[in-house]
Amino acid sequence: MSESTFVPAFVRRRSFIELDGRARAQSLVDEGTGKELVGPFDRIESPWLPMQGVAPQADDGCVVIKGRIAANPAVVISLEGAFQGGSIGEVSGAKMTAALDLATRDSSAGIPTAAVLLLETGGVRLQEANLGLAAIAEVIASILSLRRYAPVIAVVAGTVGCFGGMSLAAGVSSYVVMTREARLGLNGPEVIEQESGIEEFDASDRALIWAVHGGEQRVGTGLADALVEDSIDEIASAVRRYVLAGKPALHRSEQVRLYRERIAALDTSKQIDPPTLREQWGLRDSQGGAR
Amino acid sequence: MSEQVGLRGRVWFQALTGNDQPRTGDPGSVLTADAQERGETALFLCVVPNPDSRFPCVRDGQVGLEEAYALATRIREAIDDDRDKPSAEKRSIIAIIDVKSQAYGRREETAGIFLSAAASADAYASARMAGHPVISLIVGHAFSGGFLTHGYQANRILAFDDAGVTIHAMHKEAAARITRRSVPDLEHLGHHIAPMSYDVRDYAKLGTLYRLLHVNNPIEPTESEIVEVRQAIADAIDDARTGTDDLGDRLNSPAAKETRKAGRTVRTLMEEQWVAV
Repeated sequence: MSESTFVPAFVRRRSFIELDGRARAQSLVDEGTGKELVGPFDRIESPWLPMQGVAPQADDGCVVIKGRIAANPAVVISLEGAFQGGSIGEVSGAKMTAALDLATRDSSAGIPTAAVLLLETGGVRLQEANLGLAAIAEVIASILSLRRYAPVIAVVAGTVGCFGGMSLAAGVSSYVVMTREARLGLNGPEVIEQESGIEEFDASDRALIWAVHGGEQRVGTGLADALVEDSIDEIASAVRRYVLAGKPALHRSEQVRLYRERIAALDTSKQIDPPTLREQWGLRDSQGGAR
Repeated sequence: MSEQVGLRGRVWFQALTGNDQPRTGDPGSVLTADAQERGETALFLCVVPNPDSRFPCVRDGQVGLEEAYALATRIREAIDDDRDKPSAEKRSIIAIIDVKSQAYGRREETAGIFLSAAASADAYASARMAGHPVISLIVGHAFSGGFLTHGYQANRILAFDDAGVTIHAMHKEAAARITRRSVPDLEHLGHHIAPMSYDVRDYAKLGTLYRLLHVNNPIEPTESEIVEVRQAIADAIDDARTGTDDLGDRLNSPAAKETRKAGRTVRTLMEEQWVAV
């Protein structure tokens, strides 16, 4: 073996997806700057899960780490997909909202503080139903407030994906970073099959799911900004780039006229063909079509 | 139970605006109108069933792509029109809510319904942050993504105290299936776990409502009931104008102080620890 043996990045990479929620958050802040807030030792658990015979978790599946990214003040909020599917309950929702609101307070006082949201979530935690839905409405409100001052960067790495009400949180974020293993949508395939029938969506058709919800297609149609490999280095680098870029001049969810025209132009007499939509909406650049 | 979702929305939109037709360019499912509310102009918005929609999965009153972008368009027009007015003169934005859910369709997912829902929530929240009082009046169903898209960003939420009003994250049958319970078990849990309940009086315990209103038969309101509802909307507008432009009031309401103790503790601790690092 000579020293010049080529080792592809794919082999050398350190996986981000394999990390748990806490390690994911730590991997994105500048070394030595991250401090977890309202962590597991504060033991703020869901009061609603034990009433239903479900074991709570000491961090309620939400990790908040304040630190610096590319030397800028930042907070990373990470949802743990392995706990209750990353679902939002009273406590995890309150952690998100509280951290976002404090970032807004600092930002409006002249210390721009970016937020990075690691979204691995199916949306509302059904055991906390209406408090989960209320919490998601508040998370959306807090993102919209912060992004007036500083960028909010959503990362959907996989493999849970980002669904339900939390897909709106991604939708109102300044930038969305996805891997090919990630999915983003309001309703998951199983829910659509259940509600509207298998002829509407066959949830066992994996290729269809990736063509509709997958990161490759979301970025390719301009509904997300950057497609990255499942690699700590690539994801951290994309996040740093967006922190340094600051907030965009116009957020995607403000581009109402553009998207309304695009929807008006769709042929809805049959299902929408994902490759055709990609041609119509995508910028067709070699990077997959960031805005 | 047999009453069709969405009928109440049209009844109340008509009662409060004298109008029941969509604007040119809007889908048949979206009713919006500027109407007088106590001598001031207010923008009313409502989503109703449109059996002729070109999107099959919204025909029963679900909120889909066209609905969300139409709402966002009309709200943003109001924000732009009132941009240079002082806060006290910015028109109120009043969402009348009777929505079954978001649209569960493949066309919708492919074309990014998550972004359309986000764009509508963004428009409502932007109006609120620009100083418009945003008031929601729940006259029937307010479900899940439908409610997040249309109405949940309001400064103040009013709801009828009526068995036909349901505010929830997911309809009973689906919630039972996903949490592996029977529907009767789910209903039983709702009796002692307020956030699980499908009863609007239990919802009121969460602290997110400004007020519950009584109307005998919401599908056929009397003149005096309409006057009472108008007064409640006017009170909510006044209250919103004196409050904050975020959703913080929800967590500080007397009911929230009882029910959302854990969430309130999180906020206190987060602030203590945030300033310490």
